[in-house]
Amino acid sequence: MGNHPIHLETPLSDQDIEILKAGDRVTISGILYTARDAAHKRLIELLEAGKDLPIPVQGQVIYYVGPSPASPGRVIGAAGPTTSYRMDPYAIKLMQLGLKGMIGKGKRAPEVKEAMVKYKAVYMAAVGGAGALMAQAIKEARIVAYEDLGPEAIRQLRVENLPAIVVNDTLGNDLYIEGQQKYMIE
Amino acid sequence: MRQISTERIIDAVKHAAMNGNFELGEDVVQAFHTAKKQEESPVAKDILDQLIENSILARETRVPMCQDTGLAVIFLELGQDLAIIGGDLQTAIEEGIRQGYKEGYLRKSVCHPFTRKNTGDNTPVITHIEVVPGDKLTIWVVPKGGGSENMSKLFMLPPAAGWVGVKENIIQTVISAGPNPCPPTIVGVGIGGNFERSALLAKKSLLRPLDIPNPDPELREMEKELLEAINKSGIGPQGLGGRITSLAVHILMMPCHIASLPLAVNIQCHASRHVKIVL
Ligand code: SF4
Repeated sequence: MGNHPIHLETPLSDQDIEILKAGDRVTISGILYTARDAAHKRLIELLEAGKDLPIPVQGQVIYYVGPSPASPGRVIGAAGPTTSYRMDPYAIKLMQLGLKGMIGKGKRAPEVKEAMVKYKAVYMAAVGGAGALMAQAIKEARIVAYEDLGPEAIRQLRVENLPAIVVNDTLGNDLYIEGQQKYMIE
Repeated sequence: MRQISTERIIDAVKHAAMNGNFELGEDVVQAFHTAKKQEESPVAKDILDQLIENSILARETRVPMCQDTGLAVIFLELGQDLAIIGGDLQTAIEEGIRQGYKEGYLRKSVCHPFTRKNTGDNTPVITHIEVVPGDKLTIWVVPKGGGSENMSKLFMLPPAAGWVGVKENIIQTVISAGPNPCPPTIVGVGIGGNFERSALLAKKSLLRPLDIPNPDPELREMEKELLEAINKSGIGPQGLGGRITSLAVHILMMPCHIASLPLAVNIQCHASRHVKIVL
């Protein structure tokens, strides 16, 4: 692990993804899409009905977040990650369509990790509870789908240097497991 | 008899709800700095830096430190020589929370258990009222996020489990929670009482600021032993590996029934919001 974070510009290619290793610190700039479980459920329902999605998926990164309301003059409220396992039932489908990155907090299911290896995607952790810090990295936010879901609507974000840590890479490593083992004292 | 108007109570609760979400207590920020010195993992150090920076930004920009601005939990100590005028206390508390969450642009995070329909104003509020001597009203506003509350547990242990069993269950609760409650956490422990009292003790133990040691030397030793054991787990900040899984363990204990040994573990995330007001 180097001292400097690796910088990523979205959308991401397989080459961008393959150099990332569990434990790498990254900063992300470009476009991200937000979605929590309610929005994921609708996306998958559209796919199952053979319809088009309201957002592009190929090469994209989804940030699992339900921000607090923006106060006047701000683009967004606090915007730290939400717990990712709730998106596990939907994530594989999106990776099949070319989703390259997911940002959230907490462990992923084994089949989701396997899919990251198979379809080349990474899962990154943003610091849970660092809502004001993440908001600072978000320069623009606009709702692009499911406005009725309130904080769970899909937003398109433009971010600059959003900090995250690679947890699951394309080789099947998992920082939640390896990090804990490394610092465990018997 | 001393009097206090509900208007003052509403105003105090409103500001506490907002400030609590924007201003992390100095005790917690200090604990991040101490943790950073003890931490060995570079990723963990980076996370602690982000938490320190986040607390500064939240304070300066009045953006909540965490988007989960919580279910509002309120502890009250009502002096028995104090009269509340202009309405009832519970309604005043709810109104304070309603106004604070609206004006502060805090997320409304309360819903129907099954339909999941949001109540829209972050009420109802969970209040715990105790009547005490004197003519003061002390209010603690402690918004609590779902992530860490969900990882909390209650055990009705057989008395023979003893300290060894209690210790084991507390450590297991923290380990199985892993990254979910946003470590570094503060572990609130309630031992004794009965089913509901142990849970209340666990939550109440979290009201104690991190820089105030437990006044009971026996509990202080137990807290130390537990913290050391928890921090051997390697879970670390955010569960990504490191020395500091928890910043502190707080215990409250009281006698219990001869047939029981109740134990409650209430996990508090690093966004430990607690505002105390004395009126
Ligand atoms: S557990 Fe705490 S810090 Fe983490 S998201 Fe919930 S409220 Fe925020």
